[in-house]
Formats: sequence, structure tokens, C-alpha cells
Amino acid sequence: MRLAVLIKQVPDTRSVQMDETTGTVVRKSSDAILNPLDAYALRAALLVKDAAPGSTVTALSMGPASAEKALREVLALGADDAVLVCDRACAGSDTWATAVVLSAALQKHGPFDLVVTGERATDGDTGQVGPEVAARLNLSLATFVDEVSVNEEGLEVERKVETGLERWRLRLPALISVTKAIGEIGLPTLAGKMAARRREIPITTAADLGLDPATIGLKGSPTRVVKIFYPTLARKGRQYRVVDEASLADSVEAMAKYMAEVSAV
Amino acid sequence: MKVCVLAEVAHHRILPVTYELLTRALGLASPGEIGALVVSGGVPEEEYEKLGAAGADEIIAYEAPWLERFRPEPYTAALQAMVAEFKPEIVLGGATSTGRTWLPYAAMKMHTGLTADCTELSIEEGSGLLLQTRPAIGGNIMATIKTPHHRPQMATIRPRSTRPATPQAGRRGRLHRREALPAWQQSGLTELSFTPIDETQELSSAERVVVVGRGIKKPENLGMVRELAQLLGAAIGATREVVDRGWLPYSCQIGLSGRTITPELYVGVGVSGAIQHLAGMQTSKRIVAVNTDSEAQIFSLADVGIVGDLLEVVPALNARLRAGGAL
Repeated sequence: MRLAVLIKQVPDTRSVQMDETTGTVVRKSSDAILNPLDAYALRAALLVKDAAPGSTVTALSMGPASAEKALREVLALGADDAVLVCDRACAGSDTWATAVVLSAALQKHGPFDLVVTGERATDGDTGQVGPEVAARLNLSLATFVDEVSVNEEGLEVERKVETGLERWRLRLPALISVTKAIGEIGLPTLAGKMAARRREIPITTAADLGLDPATIGLKGSPTRVVKIFYPTLARKGRQYRVVDEASLADSVEAMAKYMAEVSAV
Repeated sequence: MKVCVLAEVAHHRILPVTYELLTRALGLASPGEIGALVVSGGVPEEEYEKLGAAGADEIIAYEAPWLERFRPEPYTAALQAMVAEFKPEIVLGGATSTGRTWLPYAAMKMHTGLTADCTELSIEEGSGLLLQTRPAIGGNIMATIKTPHHRPQMATIRPRSTRPATPQAGRRGRLHRREALPAWQQSGLTELSFTPIDETQELSSAERVVVVGRGIKKPENLGMVRELAQLLGAAIGATREVVDRGWLPYSCQIGLSGRTITPELYVGVGVSGAIQHLAGMQTSKRIVAVNTDSEAQIFSLADVGIVGDLLEVVPALNARLRAGGAL
């Protein structure tokens, strides 16, 4: 099987810094990481590869030249090759336009039997690109997949949704997005890291993909960000400070009383 | 039609998230302008009546045995047929596992914009466009997004981010039954099995929740939190840091990347209140918080805030609750 994993480089949201005046994220390349949820996508792809000998896993990303770093990480973790779609024309793409670009890249570098994505990227937090790619390329689609296996009949997935546990058989070609339940991938080996460092990562442009610049990037995006702001929260409660035995007792009493009021309601 | 909400159905009942979407629709449109699309394996007539009483003026129903469980292709075909006939300006779905699959699939097919997991919606003065506000970058910022030229304007709405609409006496909707075309059955998915989950076991529907944050310091300290939860009859939740450290399972995670909860009582111990966590609990009715840092964000939401070490406060509170029997 030919497998593809869609990868995104994201700012590390744990150490994210905002520019107070412009309301934009201060991006330092050192803070950019592989979207943590993409590691599960790679793990799922490698599980399928193990079950179907002779398979290959291609990592594919759209992003700035520095996104190459995330692709090298994926190569070090076991992907066979990597492709970066890098073009100024792609800048400002919303999920729709991103899906158009990635779909074109999948077609150019494919055909692939199975495309795997993470549940979402931790910066945009939408989880929309996977389903949009599936729709664009008419791939069978299963999201929030917890478990995946291959047999003679095709691909089988398990997904836990709000109302129950579903098992589906997917016709190939297909796209799945996977959850953390797929399991941890572990750390890259030193040898893997060394090899990944030397690998050539081909750059694909919008023109290579035959894409009209008007259909991608900010211009091709149906949505527009009109405002960015910080969430505001209003202080409304009582506060107690624990400094000694007496104030601890007072605090506990206040909490217990308040909880008792709640349960009486 | 101005706004159409996408109903979700399980076990032949229209799910509460649908009524939450109706609350949103009622805030955006006037009576007479609201629709609801119900794609299902079949629901009793009174479910449609209830939907009408709660605010849906036009109810478009597709029923077929093969529509029982969500699959992207047939559900999108139904959505496209509804859009072609009723031309809603706005389509709202729940940010559920179904909505977050169905709407992006449909948005690509219909070449329109989609905004994920919105927590606020309004109509822009003058243009009449839908303003969609959502947390982004791990909840560190809020972004307002619109779809200026493509139709319909589509958004998924975070479940439990608003109260469900309730049926109003005398309000009725018109039911439009439409045929699900056999061609729509073409799907890459074949169902192998389905095992229902008992929803009463779900953290998302618990009336009381004790949430533990990084302040717990080490997993050995979880015992006192479990005892507190037991004394309160509460479910246990956790922040992302605690789940990432593997101290509690992912199913416990509350926040942007976990579950959203709206309990009657939220007790946060050692929770600092990162925006990404607040996004998943700020609609809790009553909030009690314990944290060593008096500047912790969680205190900006707390009804009762205790500035103190949870390792000291929680055992004392447990002792008080055991002795007092006040609950």
C-alpha cells in the first residue's frame, strides 16, 4: 500500500507569545514544533505498513521553508519520504484552500491508497482539513479513529463517538483521522535522526501542482479573519487566603457551606 | 430561510445539541426564518413537533434505514439537496464527532467557508454577515471570522456552550418530508458493528465535577482528590497537563482539546485556568477553585476562590465534609 501522512508545523502553544499591539502570534522558528497530534497519524500509518509488507509512508506538508524541520522529525520517526509544498501563493490559506493545495499534492505525488491525518492541528484547532481533502478527492472518510487494522477485505477502523463505539470497513482509497488512542510513537533513534538530517526533501510549488493562485492562499479562501482579541473574564467571586490554621479552617468552612447551598438548589 | 440547524439523532431521538443550535439560530434570525434538517433512520412524529415548538419553522426530514448512522456521503447529499431547495444563508452544526466530519466534507463539496468550534455568533451590522467567534492557538486568543462571498455561511458550534431551546406553547413548525435518493447510498463505509455507550456514565453530563490540575504535583496525591469527588458524588476531570503526564486518562481531559462540561458545581483543585481549559468549563454554573497563586486565571471565574495549597486544603475539606454531612 502507498500511505500518506499529512503533517503540519505549529507554534508550541505551551510557550506561545502574543504581540499585544498587533494581536498576532510571535513566531520564532525555535518555537515551531511538529503538531503533536500528527505523531499519532504517523504511528497509525506505520502500524498499517507493518501489517501490509512492502508499503511506503510519505509525509506531506504545506508550509514555510522552515516546516522542513517537522518533516525531518517525521522521517527520523520512520516515514520513508517527505514532500513540502512551499509557495508564497499558499500563504493565508484557510482550511478550504489548504485542502485544495494538499489534495493537489496528494494527486501529484500519489496515487495513495490511504491518507492519515491527526485529529487536528494544535494551532488552528479545526480538524477540518482532513475531511475537506477526503471530499475533494472522493476518498472514503472516517474521523476520530481509535484503532485501525488491515485484512484481505480492506481497512477496518474503530471510532468512539458520543453515542457509542462504531466499527466500519472502508473501501480504498480512504482518508482517516486518528486520535491519541492510537498510541505513542516513541522517540526517534540516533541513527534515524542522522539519516533524516541528510535526506533531500523536495519542494513543490503551486505551479508544479497546476494550481491557479486565485483558488489558493488568502485570495482563494472563503473565510476571512476579521478580528483577533484576548478573552476577557470578569471577577465575581469571594476569595479566601490560607495563611495559618485559622484561615485554613475558615476557607474550608466557606467551601463546605457553598457546596451545601449548591446541593440544596 | 436564514438559518438552518443540522439535527443530530441517536436511538430515534433528536439529541440536545440540536436544541442548543436552535438557541443560537433564535439569536440570529426572526421567527419564520429558521429551519432544521433531520437526517435519520426515522424518528417518531412528536420529535419533529418538539423541534417545531422549540423554534424550527421549517423541518426538513430525510428518513431511511441506511441513514441510521452518520456517513459523510449520504448525509452530505441530503444537506446539499436541502440547501438547493431552501437556500439557507447560514448552516449550523454541532462541533461533535458527526458535525466536525459532516460540515467540512459538505463545505468542500459546496465550495464554501466553514468555521470550527464557535463559541459566539452574531450578525454584523450593515452587511448582515455571520460573525463567528472561536478560540484559537490553544485558546490563547479568540478570532472572529466571516464568510463574505460564499454561501451558505457554515459553522460548527461547541456543544454545551449555550443552553438548549425549550418548546414554547403554541409554536409549531412545518414538516417537509423529502425522499432520500437510493443513489446516496453509495458510500465507502460499511458498518460492521455499533455498541451504544451509557451516557449517564459520561463526564460531560455529570452534575458535579472535581477537576485536578498541575498543582497536584504527583500522581500519588490523586487519592485525596478521588476522596473529595466521592464525598461530593462528583466525576473526576483533569487539565491537559495532568493528562499529558499520564496521571489520568484522556477521557478525563476538560478543555479545548478535551471535553466541554457544564456541571452545576465545578471544583478545581490546583487548576491555574489556562484559557484552553477555561474554554471547556466556563459555562459551569458554580465554580470553586483552590490554587496557590492568587493571580491564577481560574479565580477570575470562581464564585469561591481559595488561595492555598491543595495538598493542605483538600484533606481539610474532606475531613470537614466527612464530619459535617452537610451534603
